[in-house]
Amino acid sequence: MPQRIGKDTIFLPSRPRVLGHAALGGKKEAQGPLSACFDQTFDDTRLGMKTWEQAESKLQTEAIHLALDKAALAPGDVQAIFAGDLLNQCISSTFGLRELNIPFIGQYGACSTMAQSASMAALFVDSGVCETAAAVTSSHFCTAERQFRLPLEYGGQRTPTAQWTATAAGALIFGKSGGEVCAEHVTFGRITDFGIKDAANMGAAMAPAAASTLTAFFSDTQTKPEDYDAIFTGDLGKVGSALLLQLLEKNGLDLSKRHRDCGLLLYDTEKQDVHAGGSGCGCAASVLCGHILQEMEAGRLQNILLAATGALMSTTSSQQSESIPGISHLIHLRIRT
Amino acid sequence: MIRVTNEEYAAMTKQASPKSPAVKNCIFAFLVGGLICTMGQILFNLYLSFDLAEADARTAVSISLIFLSALLTAYGVYDDIARHAGAGTLVPITGFANSMVSPAMEFKSEGFVMGMGAKLFTIAGPVLTFGITASFLYGIVYYLIRFVLGGM
Repeated sequence: MPQRIGKDTIFLPSRPRVLGHAALGGKKEAQGPLSACFDQTFDDTRLGMKTWEQAESKLQTEAIHLALDKAALAPGDVQAIFAGDLLNQCISSTFGLRELNIPFIGQYGACSTMAQSASMAALFVDSGVCETAAAVTSSHFCTAERQFRLPLEYGGQRTPTAQWTATAAGALIFGKSGGEVCAEHVTFGRITDFGIKDAANMGAAMAPAAASTLTAFFSDTQTKPEDYDAIFTGDLGKVGSALLLQLLEKNGLDLSKRHRDCGLLLYDTEKQDVHAGGSGCGCAASVLCGHILQEMEAGRLQNILLAATGALMSTTSSQQSESIPGISHLIHLRIRT
Repeated sequence: MIRVTNEEYAAMTKQASPKSPAVKNCIFAFLVGGLICTMGQILFNLYLSFDLAEADARTAVSISLIFLSALLTAYGVYDDIARHAGAGTLVPITGFANSMVSPAMEFKSEGFVMGMGAKLFTIAGPVLTFGITASFLYGIVYYLIRFVLGGM
């Protein structure tokens, strides 16, 4: 049974295991530094479908099927699936997973959705209500652009603080036993808003949320950053990462030696014209389900934190000049002992 | 628990955020914008040499530039140029063509009427609204001045 420790952190005594995981990426992601970590990449950004939205749905379908195959499970073996994406009403998830016939619980935490979904799946397994539970999230550059910004072919310039929405998806399955990697703690973040209004600088909007969740986690577990092999944040990019380190320094925490950001790992920011780095539900998801879990299974990382971050605005709230609330959810993964 | 005020954080953000390269952007905009206008002038001279009247030649230049812009947009090249050219491709008539062709392509997937038809003016719409309003205001002011000066 899960136990609350400290203020916000939940300890998972049964340590749910990662049974299978899969990461998918698009063309730009396949050209990035993590290209070898993807289970599958697609040169055709439409994935052979008629619309971008169908393409993103297909990313989710393929991701969950690959993760199931790797776990040697059938869809019928999974008792709950937590999934989300960036599109209105989370249509990538609902359309991508409708054929699976698995009890579905939709999630939205913007770019933090993977940490949120994975935490929920681990909690459901730890509480004993599920033998196996899955988490899957996705994002697609083209669907996000047309929903949040401008038409793809519109000729405009981006500011250096803007981030590039990843065309990627990640899926993972938690179960009671089997698998080397387990989840030990989860911390659900609080909504944090420091008045940033610039939708082209989401790293800055989200950094305080990551700082808040990480501070709560270290305080609740009475650990320090050096106790972990790596601390991954989701999609803060260059600007947000710099701000996170400054904010934590004020709280007496030095993250600089352990910190890595999924948005900066996924792309080569010098060569790939992605400005401040990657973002999107698929960014943290594919880095977790590809790079991070592979590094853990290979024994190069034993004990890690993933604090994925999300910017909780909509096009309506931005047009109405509202500030951007940020959120960050954390999951603590380690090699089972 | 984050111990900074919104004002302090705004200052930190400003410090951490790289600025747009304004000088580089201006130089590129100047060069590309100038190049497009030079192309317009070349076309104008060309059409004049085909014995077109001056007014017709000017219209033909606009049509040609709009066509070229639409074509480059359709082939997915225009936005790649604009990424470097910025205002250089935005301000001339080519930018206006791009702002109509790009949503037309984009929203075709939602159908011809409610998709393409309704979204065609998403970017150009405000430009038209305020452009036309401004020209009405200009007309009224012009009329009043003429009226006061007794020239009507």
